Amino acid sequence: MPEITTASRALPIGGTGRLTTGWWGMACLLATEGILFAYLIFSYAYLGAQAPQGWPPGGPPSLKLALPNTVLLLASSLVLEVGHWRFRARREKTAMPALLLTAAMGIVFILVQLKEWTNKGFGFATDAYSSSYFTLTGFHLAHVIAGVIALVVLSVWAWQQRFPHEGSLHLMLGRIYWHFVDLVWLVVFTTVYLVPQHP
Amino acid sequence: MATIAPERLPAAEREKLTATWETAPGLFGWFASVDHKQIGIRYLVTSIVFLLLGGVEALVMRVQLAQPMQRLLGPEQYDQLFSLHGVTMIFLYALPVLSGFSNYLWPLMLGSRDMAFPRLNALSYWLYLFSGLFLYVGLPLGQAPNGGWFNYVPYTNRQYDPGMNIDIYTLGLIFLGISTVVGSANFVVTLLRTRAPGMSINRMPILVWGTFTASAANLLAVPAVSLACFMLWLDRSFGTHFFDVEGHGHPLLWQHLFWAFGHPWVYALVLPSMGIVSDGLPVFCRRPLVGYTAVALATVTTMVIGFSVWVHHMFATGLPAMAISFFSAASIIIAIPSAISVFAWIATIWTGRPVFKTPFLFFAGFILLFVIGGVSGFMTASAAFDWQLTDTYFVVAHLHYVLLGINLFPVMGGIYYWFPKMSGRMMDERLGRWSFWTMFVGFNLAFFPMHIVGLEGMPRRIYTYPAELGVGGWNLLITVGAFLFAAGILMVLVNVLVSLSRGAEAGPNPWDAGTLEWSVSSPPPPQNFDIIPIVASRHPLWEDRLEDVDERSQLGRGYLLDRGRETIGTTPMDAEPNVILRMPGDSLLPLLLAIAVTFLFAGLLGHWWIVSGIAFAGVLAVLIAWFAPQPPVGDEKARLYA
Amino acid sequence: MRRVGAASLVFGPALLAGCSSMPLSYLDADSPIGGRLAQLGWGLLGISVLVVVIIAVLLVGAVARGRSSPDGDALAVRRDAGGMRWIYIGVSISTVALIASVIWTLLTLKAVAEPAKAAPMTIEIRARQWWWDAIYRAPRPDLQFSTANEIHIPVGVPVRIELRSDDVIHSFWVPKLAGKTDVIPGQANRMWIEATKPGIYRGQCAEYCGVEHALMSFRVVADPLPEFTAWRARQLRGMQVRDGVAAAGSRVFAEHCSACHAIHGTGFGGAYGPDLTNLGERRTLAAGVLDNNPDNLRRWIEHAQEVKPGARMPDVPLPPNEVGPLVAYLEGR
Repeated sequence: MPEITTASRALPIGGTGRLTTGWWGMACLLATEGILFAYLIFSYAYLGAQAPQGWPPGGPPSLKLALPNTVLLLASSLVLEVGHWRFRARREKTAMPALLLTAAMGIVFILVQLKEWTNKGFGFATDAYSSSYFTLTGFHLAHVIAGVIALVVLSVWAWQQRFPHEGSLHLMLGRIYWHFVDLVWLVVFTTVYLVPQHP
Repeated sequence: MATIAPERLPAAEREKLTATWETAPGLFGWFASVDHKQIGIRYLVTSIVFLLLGGVEALVMRVQLAQPMQRLLGPEQYDQLFSLHGVTMIFLYALPVLSGFSNYLWPLMLGSRDMAFPRLNALSYWLYLFSGLFLYVGLPLGQAPNGGWFNYVPYTNRQYDPGMNIDIYTLGLIFLGISTVVGSANFVVTLLRTRAPGMSINRMPILVWGTFTASAANLLAVPAVSLACFMLWLDRSFGTHFFDVEGHGHPLLWQHLFWAFGHPWVYALVLPSMGIVSDGLPVFCRRPLVGYTAVALATVTTMVIGFSVWVHHMFATGLPAMAISFFSAASIIIAIPSAISVFAWIATIWTGRPVFKTPFLFFAGFILLFVIGGVSGFMTASAAFDWQLTDTYFVVAHLHYVLLGINLFPVMGGIYYWFPKMSGRMMDERLGRWSFWTMFVGFNLAFFPMHIVGLEGMPRRIYTYPAELGVGGWNLLITVGAFLFAAGILMVLVNVLVSLSRGAEAGPNPWDAGTLEWSVSSPPPPQNFDIIPIVASRHPLWEDRLEDVDERSQLGRGYLLDRGRETIGTTPMDAEPNVILRMPGDSLLPLLLAIAVTFLFAGLLGHWWIVSGIAFAGVLAVLIAWFAPQPPVGDEKARLYA
Repeated sequence: MRRVGAASLVFGPALLAGCSSMPLSYLDADSPIGGRLAQLGWGLLGISVLVVVIIAVLLVGAVARGRSSPDGDALAVRRDAGGMRWIYIGVSISTVALIASVIWTLLTLKAVAEPAKAAPMTIEIRARQWWWDAIYRAPRPDLQFSTANEIHIPVGVPVRIELRSDDVIHSFWVPKLAGKTDVIPGQANRMWIEATKPGIYRGQCAEYCGVEHALMSFRVVADPLPEFTAWRARQLRGMQVRDGVAAAGSRVFAEHCSACHAIHGTGFGGAYGPDLTNLGERRTLAAGVLDNNPDNLRRWIEHAQEVKPGARMPDVPLPPNEVGPLVAYLEGR
């Protein structure tokens, strides 16, 4: 005769890492955002293949600001990971410092890129190259801005000690997203800045 | 029948579960509901409304085309009608109606209490509703989209089409795309993580395979059209140069991006409804589907190949011969997995014992329409002959046979099949048969002659045609057929409305079907399952009658999970329980987020940047509230009923 | 279901019966390209009809077989298996037919890619909203001329067509002579056509290009070589200004039309609208919409927007003492 009992083995509630549904949801988000960048790069390359003169028309873009900026973004991912590891190892009370520092590096990235944009000799509506350059880097910049906002919000919640040392869905999702933004930048940077250097 | 026992749990426990899962009463509950069943019904109702709108647009066009050189409509009016008809049917009816069925049925079929992300589910509906209204906002102003549903540039650049029409189109599709992607992510994660214990991946209904495949594909395909629309909006609003030749843009970039989305999209529109037939037809043949594994694999294969055929919409654009040859070959080969499904269905009928109820008529009739649509597609896949067929009414015939034949007819059958589950009442059987035959005859009368006039050279997207083309007679017949077909659809809807109040009472399993949704009451309780079932085969309710099933599913013993809104999370392939998922309850956040997004897009449309800025801030605020962390909870020893 | 199976058998005869009087039909084409495509088309159509008939028969058979009612609540089968042979056989046969079709398609693509002998002439077609500009290119500028909406080619000679657009995407389609090729701004698409029989072949724009896409047709006139040569000579000679009524007409033309229209052999060089040289010889007006006669020409001049709402040709209301001579001049009388 069936009756109400309790299971002998305990199951986590919500879980961590891949047990959570949030991880899989983030995977779907990254799949769709990632392929968006693939389509952006396809568009850039297609217009380049059809271009009557050289591509980029004014010669390869300058690396003077872009290269250090790329290093900065990569470093910010490292900072985030190290900071999170320290928090997990209970060497930090909260994850707030790591999150804020990463966010600050992200803000510097944004400002440097905006400066680089104003230095360009072309505007948004100059030609197909300029349109795709600004749109491609602009989409990435928008993702960085979203990431910075997320990091700041997370740092507030971290400061409120809402995240346990053992593991937190929110910190995991924030880290994954930030590293994704980093990875996308590597691809965009290679395509837009490095490839044209050696036609 | 021995394994169904809906009243197993003691009444007090059952009431506790119901109270936990019920949506709050009144207006608040209506706006804040996250119940997948209510959301599913909303999707169904809204998509049927768009079906009717698109249908009226079609009927008006058919009156204009019934005879040569008529002037009921001017060309601009006609162009807006055919564009809006396409947008409505392909974007606002065909996918959402399948989302409606899937939303309602998936947790019931999978043995779960809700979708993986209930609030996201509500959000995807509200975004769909508001983006649909957004797309229609131009119609009363005479500014409906007028570039065709495919919206080719340069005609839709600002230079040639300066009005608001195309801005509504581009922003509207981006807006709708958010709903689609959000919904798709929900389906993917639900399938991978919230099936009932024991429901390994080869025990899921084919509808689930179909929607899962379509959703995974949409995640990868929708960004292409969103990007194309965004780039066109930039060209139109800020003078960028993606698509205009003077600025070294290129018109074919639009076509590549659009069809890279568009072709996978049309498979997303039909694979779930093929799944409806693959699940429903066997019930009315009194046997399991022939070749389940082959059909499931065919579903996925079709979608995968479907990503590599998009250029077949561009055969006439002057592409290199090598490219054309490859895409033509792929477009012909893609028929092979479809053939698997067709023969599986026929074999199921042949080796089964048909029960001639209305759903069976729709599911069996669909097979013929599928094949006719399939062969006309086969003919257009041959690039050399497509150079004659493309842009004629032959393609119009093809697309209507595949879209109506493979989406609408199974949907109608699905309505007759699952209406009892959703409402607790049966639809009228006699009116059902009449509605099927009216639809079937009307449909073929309307669309079959389109093959003929297409082969006689009648081009598409024309507001009129000269008498000397010699196609006036067929066009009149097509118009008559269209009205007959519309009457058939109305009969189905009348049947639904009348049966809601006067239909015969339906028990949990009026069709004696085998899958899990038929093990709960009609309509199901808010919690779906009092006890989360443990699944041992594809047809838990038929196990006693099949010899080759050794284990038995447990419908009366399993996880109770009644400490709040809980369901079980399982591993992706074998569905072993590994986590307890706490689900959110009623929430206004999805509606608020959708409203904020609507203002965002409205601001972009009118170039009122301040409005968009404030709306964006609203979006951020809602998202922060949405993701605010809950206090952490330790592990739980789940309550069982065993 | 049976109904549709029967309808597809009606298909063939219905098509053939009507075909010869359908100016845009292509299953009856007998030009070098059109004929090859029609062969492929009949073959694919035949396979398609056969498939539909077979499936219809199987479906009806499957449905008819199961008329006995099931006993009790037993299912039709005892095992969740069986019936796979249907799939194996059905898919195998389908695959053979599909692969054969791929091969036939590829062979056809190759066969129509280039003409059997070299094409001695090239016509540049510039598609505009909503008419067709045809420029007969030549090595020497004085041998070049333009015409519009009625393109003459010599019988039995392959002709290269170079397609360009300065506005939106159009599609050049003359079904009885060849498949369609889109006309895309920013690129020059190339094709070739050849007529083996003299005649008038109707063409139509086949890519939605705006409000008057429906009424953007043209004619390809295939003349035996001597007639073609004579036609070309007349085009090059153009229309001189003559005395009498025609002179009055050409004055009206100068005042009201020459800003947009050109006429070879005169000083009129408007480049916005169609070239009107020897308009009187053309069979149609307004991109194939109206038969060419003085009444229709008058109607087109004065009420173009009524005939083709949205067309770039404006209504040009003229007093009768002006429009009469103008029509006479243009029609070459």
